[in-house]
Amino acid sequence: MKPILIPVVLFFAPAMALAATAEERGLEIAKEIEVRDTGFHDFKATMSMLLRNKHGEESLRDMRNQTLEVDNDGDKTLVVFDEPRDIKGTALLSFSHKAGDDDQWLYLPALKRVKRIASRNKSGPFMGSEFAYEDISSQEVEKYTYKFIDEGGHEGIPSFILERYPVDPNSGYTRQQVWVDKERYIALKIDYYDRKNSPLKTLVFRGYQQYLDQYWRADEMYMENHQTGKSTLLTWKQYDFRSGLTDGDFNKNSLKRAR
Amino acid sequence: MSEAFFQFVLKHRLLVIFLAVTLSILMGSGVKQLQFSNDYRMFFSEDNPQLKAFEKLQNTYTKNDNVLFVIEPRNGKIFTRETLTAVAALTKEAWQIPYSLRVDSITNFQHTYAEGDDLVVEDLVLDPQLLTEEQLADKQQIATSDPLLVNRLISPNAHTTGVNVTVQLPGKKLTEVPEVASMAREMVRNLEADYPHIKVHLTGMVMMNNAFPSASMDDMKSLYPVMFGAVILVLVVMLRSIPGTLSTLIIIILMIIATMGLTGWFGIKMSPPTTTVPIVIMTLAIADCVHILVNFLHNMRDGESKYQAMMESLRINLQPIFLTTLTTAIGFLSLNFSEAPPFRDLGNMSAMGVVLAFLLSITFLPAMMMLLPVKALSGDTLGSVAMIRFSEFVVRNKKGLLWGMGIVILLLVSQIPSNRLDDQFVKYFDETITFRQATDFTTENLTGIYLVEYSLESGETGGISEPKFLQKVEDFAQWYRQQPYVLHVNSITDIMKRLNRNMHEDDNDWYRLPDQRDLSAQYLLLYEFSLPFGLDLNNQINVKKSATRFTVTMESISTQQLLKIEESAQAWLTEHAPGMRIDGASPTIMFAHIGSRNIIAMLKGTTLALIMISFILIFALKSIRIGGLSLIPNLVPMGMAFGLWGMFVGEVGLALSVVTGMTLGVVVDDTVHFLSKYLRARREKNMDREDAVRYAFSTVGTALWVTSLVLMVGFGILAFSHFQLNAGMGLLTAITLGFALIADFLFLPPLLIYFGGKKS
Repeated sequence: MKPILIPVVLFFAPAMALAATAEERGLEIAKEIEVRDTGFHDFKATMSMLLRNKHGEESLRDMRNQTLEVDNDGDKTLVVFDEPRDIKGTALLSFSHKAGDDDQWLYLPALKRVKRIASRNKSGPFMGSEFAYEDISSQEVEKYTYKFIDEGGHEGIPSFILERYPVDPNSGYTRQQVWVDKERYIALKIDYYDRKNSPLKTLVFRGYQQYLDQYWRADEMYMENHQTGKSTLLTWKQYDFRSGLTDGDFNKNSLKRAR
Repeated sequence: MSEAFFQFVLKHRLLVIFLAVTLSILMGSGVKQLQFSNDYRMFFSEDNPQLKAFEKLQNTYTKNDNVLFVIEPRNGKIFTRETLTAVAALTKEAWQIPYSLRVDSITNFQHTYAEGDDLVVEDLVLDPQLLTEEQLADKQQIATSDPLLVNRLISPNAHTTGVNVTVQLPGKKLTEVPEVASMAREMVRNLEADYPHIKVHLTGMVMMNNAFPSASMDDMKSLYPVMFGAVILVLVVMLRSIPGTLSTLIIIILMIIATMGLTGWFGIKMSPPTTTVPIVIMTLAIADCVHILVNFLHNMRDGESKYQAMMESLRINLQPIFLTTLTTAIGFLSLNFSEAPPFRDLGNMSAMGVVLAFLLSITFLPAMMMLLPVKALSGDTLGSVAMIRFSEFVVRNKKGLLWGMGIVILLLVSQIPSNRLDDQFVKYFDETITFRQATDFTTENLTGIYLVEYSLESGETGGISEPKFLQKVEDFAQWYRQQPYVLHVNSITDIMKRLNRNMHEDDNDWYRLPDQRDLSAQYLLLYEFSLPFGLDLNNQINVKKSATRFTVTMESISTQQLLKIEESAQAWLTEHAPGMRIDGASPTIMFAHIGSRNIIAMLKGTTLALIMISFILIFALKSIRIGGLSLIPNLVPMGMAFGLWGMFVGEVGLALSVVTGMTLGVVVDDTVHFLSKYLRARREKNMDREDAVRYAFSTVGTALWVTSLVLMVGFGILAFSHFQLNAGMGLLTAITLGFALIADFLFLPPLLIYFGGKKS
């Protein structure tokens, strides 16, 4: 958005809000988030998760992530695990879909075999962390319905507050409340509510950086479970956009080579 | 000085009454702040080592406060479409229970099997309505042969099943437990209405926690009226004076209101043991009032004016009543040594009550008696003639009594070791309480309620996948399964064996532990990726994957037997796997240790109290010999009572271990009254030892047996409590007080006659 346009948009924004229902406005924002994040083609990054329990014990998980943008469907992701040592070389391939269950395969180097994850309910914790698979998989617009709630702020950043409701009946959540940066259209904070609509977790995004002058990625995602007192800090490093990945890097055979 | 004080009291009686009532009600206004504790952890102090070990385990994995729904179909068959539909409905519904973390049942059990090269992980029962008879039989076969389910969530012959809800209470509000419990009950009502062929029993730690306040209140409703009835009856019969009875009753009410109010102001939470406080302090207040009133009425009968009669009664009773109040308060305060905070509260509240009772009986009581019309009664109110005859009997048979009583005492005391410690917390509630009934049904038909848990440490990150470690865990599980009274062992190795089989096309030959570390780790990873929300392994594996939780479920056995098995487990670990040795932790283990820990603590407290009381007696009675002699009648009743208990009951636990402290101060009262009269006769009236004993009987004998009777009735009422804790404590205290009277009447007099100071 060019600076000169901002006053114009701000002038018309309230009128737009009046015209739309809360649901339409929520969807509008979600679509805008997706539109702004479209076109990166692919990226590579490293991820590390620091798990901590209520007793203060900590544990580290290291992995590498490769993501390929897919036109008109969810992204394809390949995650290769480096740490803990026992699962080094294990690789998870996911095809995220706009509708229906995602497809997942896991390569087990100890068995030298690729296994399809044939569960229809994959809302459990990712690597024992406080992130569920559904929290870090490709966030397609179609996976939720939306409702605009209010305008507010998160750590001084003016935000839209919207709620989204998972379409998947097996989701662990009834709803999520998302704080979206008004200017950059990126999530700043998400409150997760469990099946009985009690506050379950809070995810905070920290250290956003812009890549290719367009795509915002957070350096840190901190997830805290309010019910168990456990937490996970997910740190992203070494982002490499448009690294030249192709569809051929995301199939069962590439899984085995991925190490 | 005391005389001036009493003159003031008797002259300004309206002012005194007004002040006493106002101050009591002012203190009593704290009643609004009274709260009931509803957490079994109340029985453990923060630094209790077993509690700390258990908290650590819970913080490493997840909490295990739970609600267990036990489903009993009338036709005795779980695997029918109707019943499974009900179980599935409840499983889904149970996620709505406040603070729930996970729900486990046979329908959402994560069943795994191989399908070609894939690992399928899905609910064991997905759509009950669509199941054929053959499939039902198949599911039953799977459930009743899975070591994770059988004897835990399904009975071996599949006639009952459980839906277990794990809740994590934030522990911030007292409303949390009742919130969970009432939601669970509502679900049971709805389920039984929708599926009339099933009955649902509710148990689990949350239901137990909820039973504490509700059973306390039931106790109050049923015991307090009985207590007031008994008090009125005893007072009317003994005092034969309506004004005296009325004044005493008002004192009791004022004192109870003030004590409970102060409890509220101090922020002490009510608990099952402290619900007995009103009964305890009531009986002690009566003792004070009776001593003053008996002498007062006696003096009036002798023709003295009302004013003179009261002044005289107060003069001779002030010192002994003050002394008994002091010693009783010291006895109660010795409960502060208890390991269990509710008994400290009980001691402190009772001590407050005793002091208030003393203050009211020397102010409000005389003022009231001055105000009310009192008729001098004719005749012998309290059978003092009988007392004189009785003293003759004792003096005549002094030798026989000394030896006879000595032998009886030794016989009873020798039975003390017959007592065995037992603290099965479910048995704290008697069979009339719904929680106890449901839990008994559960232990008879589904699974145990007593657990022992271990966090088995491999010593390195990711070490739970190490084949050697897994083999040790498996051996430990096998060892435990061979022990008597063990119902179920929950071990990660059962999941590992199953996964290994699944990965080899469900070939039963592969139902064994994987022999490569990375293979185990990768199986687990695959399995974890396949699990749904809330059914993960975080409750069994720590974040470092270095340790695993290992849970043993036991039948309802005494905590001594349980500790013995746990001891053997420690020996097994020390011998076979010293690296992963750790003490078992669980509420059961906590309760199993609390009895003996409390006895040791109370021995210290009681000894200290005894030393203090003995010094006070030596000082007050101005005689080292008599003060020292008083130790015998002060200690003997406890020994006799515990001996008798050993002969006929033989089980002691947490509650009974505080009886020594409870009774010490009260038992001393009788001795104080008897000895002070004996010494007065020896010193002021120059009587010989036999005559001094006769004098003591005639002046104080009546009051002693009356107050003892009141105390025994009061504590005896507690025997009807639905809390076995309170019932046992009440009964043993009543027995101790009975023995105290016997010792003071039959053993102390011969002792005094033979050893009670120089012949004059």
